[in-house]
Amino acid sequence: MPRGLCGAGLAVALALLVAFPLVVTRPFPRHVMITIFLYAMLAQAWNLLAGYCGQISLGNAVFFGTGAYTSTLLLRHLDLSPWAGMLAGVILAVLLSQAIGYPVFRLRGHYFAIATIAVGEIVGTLMINWDWAGGARGLFVPIKRPDSWLNFQFHESKQNYYYVALALLLLALWITVRVERSRLGYYLRAIREDQDAAASLGIPVAAYKQRAMGLSAGLTALGGTFYAQYILFIDPESVFPTALSILICLVAVLGGVGTLWGPLVGAAILIPLGEWTRISFGGSGKAVDLLVYGALIMLVSVIQPGGIMALARRGRRRTG
Amino acid sequence: MSVEVVLQGLVSGLLMGFVYALIAAGLSLIFGLMEIVNFAHGEFLMLAMFATFWAWALGRLDPLVSLPITVGLLFLFGLAVYHGLIRWILGAPMLAQIFATFGLAIFLRAAAQALWGVDFKLVKRPLVDGRLNVEGVFIGLPQLAASVGALAAFGFLYWFITRTETGLALQATAQDRQAASLMGIDTQRMFALGWGIGAACVGAAGALLAMFFYIFPEVGATFALLAYVTVALGGFGNVPATLAAGVVVGIVEVLAGLLIAPAFKYAVVFALYLVVVLWRPQGLFGRF
Amino acid sequence: MMGEGRTLLEVRGVTKRFGGLVANHDISFRVAAGELVGVIGPNGAGKSTLFDLLTGFQTADAGEVMLDGQSITRLRPDEISRLGVARTFQKLKPFAQMTVLENVMVGAFQKTTDPAQARREALAALERVGLADRAQAHAQVLSTGQRKRLELARALATRPRLLLMDEVTGGVDLRSIPGLVALVREVSAGGMALVVIEHNMGVIMDISHRIVALNLGEVIAEGPPAAVGRDPRVVEAYLGQAYVR
Repeated sequence: MPRGLCGAGLAVALALLVAFPLVVTRPFPRHVMITIFLYAMLAQAWNLLAGYCGQISLGNAVFFGTGAYTSTLLLRHLDLSPWAGMLAGVILAVLLSQAIGYPVFRLRGHYFAIATIAVGEIVGTLMINWDWAGGARGLFVPIKRPDSWLNFQFHESKQNYYYVALALLLLALWITVRVERSRLGYYLRAIREDQDAAASLGIPVAAYKQRAMGLSAGLTALGGTFYAQYILFIDPESVFPTALSILICLVAVLGGVGTLWGPLVGAAILIPLGEWTRISFGGSGKAVDLLVYGALIMLVSVIQPGGIMALARRGRRRTG
Repeated sequence: MSVEVVLQGLVSGLLMGFVYALIAAGLSLIFGLMEIVNFAHGEFLMLAMFATFWAWALGRLDPLVSLPITVGLLFLFGLAVYHGLIRWILGAPMLAQIFATFGLAIFLRAAAQALWGVDFKLVKRPLVDGRLNVEGVFIGLPQLAASVGALAAFGFLYWFITRTETGLALQATAQDRQAASLMGIDTQRMFALGWGIGAACVGAAGALLAMFFYIFPEVGATFALLAYVTVALGGFGNVPATLAAGVVVGIVEVLAGLLIAPAFKYAVVFALYLVVVLWRPQGLFGRF
Repeated sequence: MMGEGRTLLEVRGVTKRFGGLVANHDISFRVAAGELVGVIGPNGAGKSTLFDLLTGFQTADAGEVMLDGQSITRLRPDEISRLGVARTFQKLKPFAQMTVLENVMVGAFQKTTDPAQARREALAALERVGLADRAQAHAQVLSTGQRKRLELARALATRPRLLLMDEVTGGVDLRSIPGLVALVREVSAGGMALVVIEHNMGVIMDISHRIVALNLGEVIAEGPPAAVGRDPRVVEAYLGQAYVR
């Protein structure tokens, strides 16, 4: 596809997305779009670590929760603006990621994946039992009226949340593009392909893995703070569970791991699918959408591990 | 903390440890053969427990009686999973392999929830019931039976892989796939057999656990995590080592619950995993 | 030119044990700037272990490895690479999902952070090894001979002072061997110091300034190719006692 056409297409898509909440004013569709953006962004963050660098972490929810809890606790105890809290959450998440990465990156393959689950479970257990931080009961984000950007709370409509979520997604995409084209991107992919060969070419492997981890953690934490300010209630069950880590991976894997658009494509399919099954099947809808998710992942793994983006690329090559 | 309490903990841990070892043995066997971690292993256990429950609820069969049936069913299920799913991802990148079994796990859990609901189920008044009192240490008879059963199953597995021709063929395939096939061993058949036996182990463990443990769709999750830790501790692919590793995990779990807090017992087990794999990446007795 | 130039690499009494097995025992030799030293020895002689020791993938139990007077014995592979030592692997390690050009760019990025500059350097390296026309191909579709060239280009892109090549002709079809050998000769003629492990006697005797012969982890002979080729210990190691005249 010629470059000019591609750029024009993107511009049109962006314009449509920006115009969407102005045209569609009912809260539910807006909520679905916001959820799509959020998961696409989280999946993109995971993609940097797992897709580009090949480190399959199954515990990224840890950073999501860190972002959510940091900004919320700072708001509750110091009345600190969520924007500053967001920044604090990012810093804390990055530091945490480096501390986790230092020991865990010495592992490879399945040992590494299981270690990330282990870390996630440990942190989850700690949060459930940490009463000062709300424990299992969770924390309510203090309601501030009237709506304001400073307080990052909007009760009248979801419109502003929509734009923040879109902005976060665009940020994640922009970061990915910059990484892809830079030395960092080449080094991360080299590490994914063959760590030893990468080291023999002068790449300090551990240091670069940590960089990927930090980037992934920081972006994920942004999503955490957004979630806290959007839902206005957080608890370990909603922001720390392994299930969330898995869902994030799923979105990226379905869409196409290691690609720029994969996470967005994956989110655009999985989130509406999840909502639809929840509505169609009522209470047991939770089980049915997981049933579909499970079947989808199995299919993707078997037929095309590269996800939908890989399918699309194969199709284009055949016709082009 | 009295000696009795600690002793009680050690005994409980030891008993459960054998069950963990049996669950982990299946996982280790599969990994040794084809370097795939079965992330749906916990769900296999869950299915075995449900099978035992329904045999009891509908067929009035005691878990110990229906155990052979459950083992057989899970064996066939393992074969089916191999032919239906695993066979297609043997050469795939690790990400695809991880997600294939992960997808299966999610699918099975959701299916169980959709079919049987989320309520906890329990087998009441099993054949083996009550408890022993040995010098002040209480041992539940179902737990003891489960433990003995697990040990017996483990022993049978060990005998099978070291003393029978098929078992040796399995070992050969695990150690060197190419050489084994050059010797005339059908590797596809070995892989399928590995999955069948791995599932059968879990089937036995599930039937035994169902004597006293609550049964619900999510039950496999924690056991699976403990199984991964056990396999990693013993060393991926080293089946005999999982016995010792299972006991370690069982005891650590109980002691952590006693000495720190019940809420943290799994956290401590995971921390133990992290410590072990960092200090000795190939596990306590591993090959890799 | 032969062994009398400035010493670039000095291996001093290097020993490596794996449990009870002694892979390298008290190995010593030097490589001068611009020299091509060939390392020969039957299978199991410890050649690849030696390379691992020189490039940081293993650490010696005893002895020192000095690069231009600086000890590199305990450094990591990436640190050694940045000091100017590049290597190729016996079991080739291309970055399979990346294109040929991208593969070499990874090497070029050691000396620059600018992608455009890295691309230029990479293309130059590909020209040098004769793979420029395959620049956009994915690494995994290349033949063995092409992969060897790719690995060489990738290593050259890091602008090393010393290049260690583990097997030049292994697994390469007969027709492609002369081209590869000519390439290695060119690299050496350009002034690069090279240490080459090679099983093809004809090739290694032909291109080396000096030969180091290993057997069972020890150096059994060292010197110009002709002399080493006639050394009775070398003949015995390869062909057995019966052939020693």
